[in-house]
Amino acid sequence: MDRNRLQHQVACMRRSLFDQGYLDEPFIQLEELQDDANPNFVQEIVTLFYTDSARLIQNIEHALNSRPIDFDKLDDYMHQFKGSSSSIGAKKVTNECTVFREYCSAENAEGCIRSFQQVKQEYAILRRKLEVYLQMVRQAAVSRTA
Amino acid sequence: MSDEDIVNNNLTALVVDDSPMIRKLHEMHLKKFGLKVQVAENGKNAVDLFRCGASFNLILMDKEMPIMDGAEATKELRIMGVTSMIVGVTSLDSIFERQAFMEAGLDHCFTKPLTSENIIFLLQELNNKNNEEN
Repeated sequence: MDRNRLQHQVACMRRSLFDQGYLDEPFIQLEELQDDANPNFVQEIVTLFYTDSARLIQNIEHALNSRPIDFDKLDDYMHQFKGSSSSIGAKKVTNECTVFREYCSAENAEGCIRSFQQVKQEYAILRRKLEVYLQMVRQAAVSRTA
Repeated sequence: MSDEDIVNNNLTALVVDDSPMIRKLHEMHLKKFGLKVQVAENGKNAVDLFRCGASFNLILMDKEMPIMDGAEATKELRIMGVTSMIVGVTSLDSIFERQAFMEAGLDHCFTKPLTSENIIFLLQELNNKNNEEN
């Protein structure tokens, strides 16, 4: 694909990720940390985010399936998930984590189960979009050096 | 403090966090400003480093960690006589919890994630602290 067109596509996709509220400021700070000495830094951090998230989602699911539900433990896991989501600027995921924690502090099991579905959905959407976006960024980088 | 002063420092930092992602992120943030950075996975590892004779100008301390949390580690370090700048970096929402963390012996407490502005502020504080001590 034509280099300029690729770069234009990358810029458009990036802008829409921010305009549609999937990402916010911390992601910009993350991008600013990437340089020639650390050319894959964003991807490395995002990959660690996926690993953290997979572990926490599994822990939360296990905790939600336990009877009785340990709401303190649930809140602890979701607090960690919220912390890592907010650290990369995953805005919608972070917001859904906040909603979950409200149900958790009210010890509302049904609310927790429902809002956890939302958390997982937003996470899955963001992950798909980030994978496409970062793939395009890599292609644009390769085309620049070609 | 000029931009050049900010980057040309001989400052060392310890990032204490149980999340590999946060450790890597904060480590890079600090390295960009010229600091030499080490990491620790939890409060106990941080305390052990100091017990073995390591020292750092700045410690970034997460609150929620297994084995020994940030508040406990901060208290322990202060009891040991550590005078490094200890900065809490936490996603704690409750003012009460943040206050309790500060009272453990922090110099400052920031919300995650750390930003470049936070680091510039800390470097200026460290510079002021060095000037006072000299």
